[in-house]
Amino acid sequence: MHAIVCIKQVPDTTEVKIDPERGTLIREGVPSIINPFDTYAIEEALRIREKFGGKVTVITMGPSQALSALKEAIAMGADEAILLNDREFAGADTWATAYTLSRAIKKIGEFDLIFCGRQAIDGDTGQTGPGIATQLQISQLTYVCRVASLDFDNKTIEVERLVEEGREVVKSTLPCLITVVKDINQPRYPTILGIRRSQKVQIPVWTSKDLDVNPDLIGLKGSPTRVVKISTPPPRAGECQIIEGESAEQQAEILAEKLLAEKIII
Amino acid sequence: MSLLEINREACTGCGACLQVCPFGALSLDSENIAIVSEACTGCGACLPECPVEALSLPEVEKKEQIPTDEYSGVWVWVEQYNHQAGSISWEMMGEGRKLADRRGTTLSACVLGYQAEPIARQAIAYGADRVFLVDDPTLEVYRTDPYARILVELVKKYKPEIFLLGASTRGRDLAGAVATYIYTGLTADCTGLEIEEGTNLLLQICPAFGGNIMATIKCPDNRPQMATVRHHVFEMPVPDESREGQIIRETPVLPEDRIASKVLDLIVEKNEVNLADAKIIVSGGRGLKGPEGFTILHELADVLGGAVGASRAAVDAGWISYAHQVGQTGRTVRPDLYIACGISGAIQHQAGMRTSKVIVAINKDPEAPIFQIADYGIVGDLFTVVPALTRALKRRLNKT
Repeated sequence: MHAIVCIKQVPDTTEVKIDPERGTLIREGVPSIINPFDTYAIEEALRIREKFGGKVTVITMGPSQALSALKEAIAMGADEAILLNDREFAGADTWATAYTLSRAIKKIGEFDLIFCGRQAIDGDTGQTGPGIATQLQISQLTYVCRVASLDFDNKTIEVERLVEEGREVVKSTLPCLITVVKDINQPRYPTILGIRRSQKVQIPVWTSKDLDVNPDLIGLKGSPTRVVKISTPPPRAGECQIIEGESAEQQAEILAEKLLAEKIII
Repeated sequence: MSLLEINREACTGCGACLQVCPFGALSLDSENIAIVSEACTGCGACLPECPVEALSLPEVEKKEQIPTDEYSGVWVWVEQYNHQAGSISWEMMGEGRKLADRRGTTLSACVLGYQAEPIARQAIAYGADRVFLVDDPTLEVYRTDPYARILVELVKKYKPEIFLLGASTRGRDLAGAVATYIYTGLTADCTGLEIEEGTNLLLQICPAFGGNIMATIKCPDNRPQMATVRHHVFEMPVPDESREGQIIRETPVLPEDRIASKVLDLIVEKNEVNLADAKIIVSGGRGLKGPEGFTILHELADVLGGAVGASRAAVDAGWISYAHQVGQTGRTVRPDLYIACGISGAIQHQAGMRTSKVIVAINKDPEAPIFQIADYGIVGDLFTVVPALTRALKRRLNKT
């Protein structure tokens, strides 16, 4: 069994504060972390390896500092890691990112499963996973909250997907790409042994020259979208009206009246 | 991997760019000149902030141009489940109609399903001039491959300039595949759509960083300009049954034996909620102190015909299932009324609910951040306030 996990290093948004004067993000001293959803992806790949044997390879595209995210994945138990780093990759949107990652996956070779997180917490798009699956012409199973069964002999997988109406049970063929939600497992912490290994391991860095890519389809040049403007969301209009009263009963009565009077509840 | 070019001669070291960089990639060096780190993604947010125009991004050479003027018309994918169209589809029809009128073009709906003709007729009532109907047993339940392949063929054949899909689990699954096949731009979870003066390009406004910033994105050289659109952002249009439109029947692309996936079942648990569709959500957090706390929220939600949500703290504590989680790592909701009970309102929770139309906060702690975004607040013990509110509303809504 060979599972490839695509991860992204993101700023830890739990540490992001808003500058109240300017309404901008204060990024100073904000640590970079593995995108939280991707840690569930790593964990699921590790669990499948523990059950079936095989290998887990972690891959990311990003600046050289993203090596620390790959090392953390190795410390968790991943076998191998690869960094895609090249100035030519910079400015990639989800299309160009999925294209580049899929080319790197082709270079890695045979695989049974690709795991991604549901979405990254910086871009919030969730588009790269489906993009990779489409580029590789394999099935995609998104929003997976449970891998119910795997059969490597008959090359089938059964999963539960968290959709709006409930959990959808889907059977598909291998190889396939899975994006996971956080309900799927509880990611492990790195072990001491793992951390030691991650410090010693040499992580290969691949540039555009190492990949069979069309230079017109990578980085900013290959990206169909352009960011025109970044702004802060408008604050919610109005102040919070605190409902006072002598008792909870009275406060509740006033609130109920207001919600009905303003037709918020019909 | 930085792309940003800084003209060191021009830079005055004012630091304006440092403040706006969403990635913290800019800083001042020892000579008080801006420098950029590898964290730069080339997003361009800093460019307009520089008062002396010292920042630039490299000009991208024009690739082989696709003839964008051959593309016209606005399209909406009508999502259906169990022979019912999702309300988000009609919201997009309303917005799509406006965009089509602005562009002086037609609005088309793509209806894929089985025995879906009634939905095609509804699409016309909601504003479509034309409906592409693909009616086949292979399309009864949504699956990526057969749906994506049909939409790709339709786009190639009819060349729309704008294509909108709902930012639901299905819409996002599908849009990512279709945009990849076609090689066009796709933005996620848009909360605003505008036509840019002069260029007539679609400006797509979408939240990033858990809603802490808004990005305006366009797709200048590829077509169609694709976006997924957030639920409940655009107004639901009033259907007009007398509207007339054309239904064009198209054929599926993949036969059943070439579709890799099968949907076997849908597991709906008791008390399971469809947060996306709920008009009212009663949500609970750490202040509920345990799983029993959700009982009083369910009682309130039942009176209001609403759904029960939860903060990450309550889900992580195991008090309620993940399907209920609202926030950055859960679902994004935009109900008419969001009642936050015992939720402090961390930034990650706000990311999932701050665009709710009306927010009510019930919390013991008057300093809780939730009050900063709430419209109405009660500072008090939720264990007495919530049941009192349930009783007060029950009486007024004449429910026994």
